[in-house]
Amino acid sequence: MMEPGPSPLLLKGGRLLCPASGLDQVGDLLVKDGLISDVGPDLSEPAARVLDCAGLVVAPGLIDLHVHLREPGQEYKETVASGSAAAAAGGFTGVCPMPNTSPVNDSRAVTEMILQKAREAGLCRVYPVGAITLGLKGQGLSEMAELKEAGCVAVSDDGRPVTDSRLLRRAMEYAAGFDLPVICHSEDLSLSAGGVMHEGPTATRLGLKGIPAEAEVICVERDLNLARLSGARVHIAHVSCAGSLEAVRRAKEAGLGVTCETAPHYLLLTDQDVGDYDTNFKMNPPLRSAADRQALRRGLAEGVIDAVATDHAPHSILEKEVEFDSAAFGVVGLETALGVVLQLVEEGVLNLHQAIARLCSGPAQALGLPGGRLQEGSPADVVVIDPAKAWTVDPKDFRSLSRNTPFAGRALPGRAVLTLLGGRVTHSLLGD
Amino acid sequence: MSGLGRHMLGLEGLTAQDITLILDTASSLKEINTRSIKKVPTLRGKTVVHFFVEASTRTRTSFEIAAKRLSADTVSLSASTSSLTKGETLIDTAKNLEAMAPDLIVMRHSMSGAPHLLAKHVGPSIINAGDGTHEHPTQGLLDMLTIREHKGRLDGLEVAIIGDVAHSRVARSDIIGLNTMGSRVRVFGPRTLLPPFAESLGARVCRSMHEAVEGADVIIMLRVQRERLDDVLFPSQREYAQRFGLGSRHLALAKPEVIVMHPGPVNRGVELSPEVADGPYAVILDQVANGVAVRMALLYLLIGAEVR
Repeated sequence: MMEPGPSPLLLKGGRLLCPASGLDQVGDLLVKDGLISDVGPDLSEPAARVLDCAGLVVAPGLIDLHVHLREPGQEYKETVASGSAAAAAGGFTGVCPMPNTSPVNDSRAVTEMILQKAREAGLCRVYPVGAITLGLKGQGLSEMAELKEAGCVAVSDDGRPVTDSRLLRRAMEYAAGFDLPVICHSEDLSLSAGGVMHEGPTATRLGLKGIPAEAEVICVERDLNLARLSGARVHIAHVSCAGSLEAVRRAKEAGLGVTCETAPHYLLLTDQDVGDYDTNFKMNPPLRSAADRQALRRGLAEGVIDAVATDHAPHSILEKEVEFDSAAFGVVGLETALGVVLQLVEEGVLNLHQAIARLCSGPAQALGLPGGRLQEGSPADVVVIDPAKAWTVDPKDFRSLSRNTPFAGRALPGRAVLTLLGGRVTHSLLGD
Repeated sequence: MSGLGRHMLGLEGLTAQDITLILDTASSLKEINTRSIKKVPTLRGKTVVHFFVEASTRTRTSFEIAAKRLSADTVSLSASTSSLTKGETLIDTAKNLEAMAPDLIVMRHSMSGAPHLLAKHVGPSIINAGDGTHEHPTQGLLDMLTIREHKGRLDGLEVAIIGDVAHSRVARSDIIGLNTMGSRVRVFGPRTLLPPFAESLGARVCRSMHEAVEGADVIIMLRVQRERLDDVLFPSQREYAQRFGLGSRHLALAKPEVIVMHPGPVNRGVELSPEVADGPYAVILDQVANGVAVRMALLYLLIGAEVR
């Protein structure tokens, strides 16, 4: 897919960290012809450009299971190219764009168009997620087998949950026949109707209509039960509350092959941060209570949560500089996710090993994607992280076309300083 | 300018001193409303825009009269006469207003937080004339002025707020203001019309009408809107009136000098029985009169005080 890297590259003296293989040692990583050609101590290669990685972490390129690249249809918010650039800047080498584009990604033509744009940009591997139902209308099924053949790695109803349980059962059964994972945006739409933030004391104080956590929990329970009934590989998207987490935990303990993700904002923020009607804190599901946040942090460390996925949802000021009720749901996340997770490491919520696992091997395994490990002979998708390069989030610096982040002005403890995609540099802050 | 800041977005965050200053100012300005020539030059040369994105008759009239009695020039804009109906955003509309250099914008909006958005983006002082289900600070102030006139104080009182608390911006402002002044507030209504986590607002949630009115110094009845019926929040007006309406029999449980208030417009026979609405305890028209005084006070404190 990608052109081979120009010249061999030797990453010298970094902490090689690969959760999938258990590798965690100081050493070197040699990139040649776009592939990881060797991993070990004291490597040398006369022709290689050498990058000193002392004090840095060398890890598999990060993978984001949940992004919105807005193309086709809303290119003023993001394009496949700008989203890929944002991904690279955040240390990601793989992203899964959700199908709620315009037109919806429910056909080979749209999938191929997205993949073509991704190839042209060449900054990130793009693994499209197709729609469960045609046009996300919750009626007829999309042609899932063809979507898979065209390059979709999963199907989802993200943003427009399938309310008809019978239809979702059929979709899961059909998808299971083609080994296509089903990603569920679990939300009881009648219970959440009209809500704009978490139902709690802050919503009551601000006079905003709440979305109870139960709107999510009820539907997570339904979707887990349908997973059991259908035998499908189900992945629960953006778990935001303790109740959903416990439901997934019980399902896993019962042996159901289910996975789930949460987003960085649920791990760092709470409903109180909505503050003075700040629409950059409005997303769906909404920021929950401090107790929910605590439960998610624990679930992430324990591995009940397999992946941190950003739900990167770019919006322009047209959608955000309006009344809170009118504002669109969603925040960008690709360029801050790693920093937020490193913040959790700094706070002792996770160790670095767990943090990296939830950003590469965890997501790769959840959807059966390639990558997510430092393996000799595989494409050199690698991120070099400076865990002690403190920085302050300034949305003006984003490579995303949108600026709607809840982390503006926040100090984060570290970031990606080099991203390699198939051996090519797609992002670098190393002054060599 | 007083210590209040530039805007009046809500009673949250005000101190007892702030509220007392506004009420004292309102009391002293009330006298103007009794003169035969009801006008003073205090705000001459100032421009006040009444920007009512949500329909309102009485609040808007009250603001208009208040501004005119202080000699401010006033302009009115409603949702239907503004460019909002032509697809212009709230901020663009407000920036256009700002370009004409008004000193103060009075804003009513159906969405909570809309005046806060305006305050972030435009220069003039903003008075919140009611935002969604959030706050209605001038109503809260006029309620407190009315209570103070009848009770002689605002501390140590027992105040019952009954009805659709969940959707009431009046209730929020009343609860916040009365708590700040040292009174205790209790709320009652159908469970569907009480906000989630109502206690977090600073009110005790009662389980019966009896409990709600027993020993109350003040009873504030809230309007129940017909559209709540469509939203299946209660079964019928009939049952509402029986279980949550205030009748003479309830008043016997309250303190002997209890006053009954209502932000209006009243649904007679629903939240208030006619004999209560017209009875000696009702001070609803005092509230309306005090509305003008409180709004005059705010205009004076926000854009008039530095003139002296």
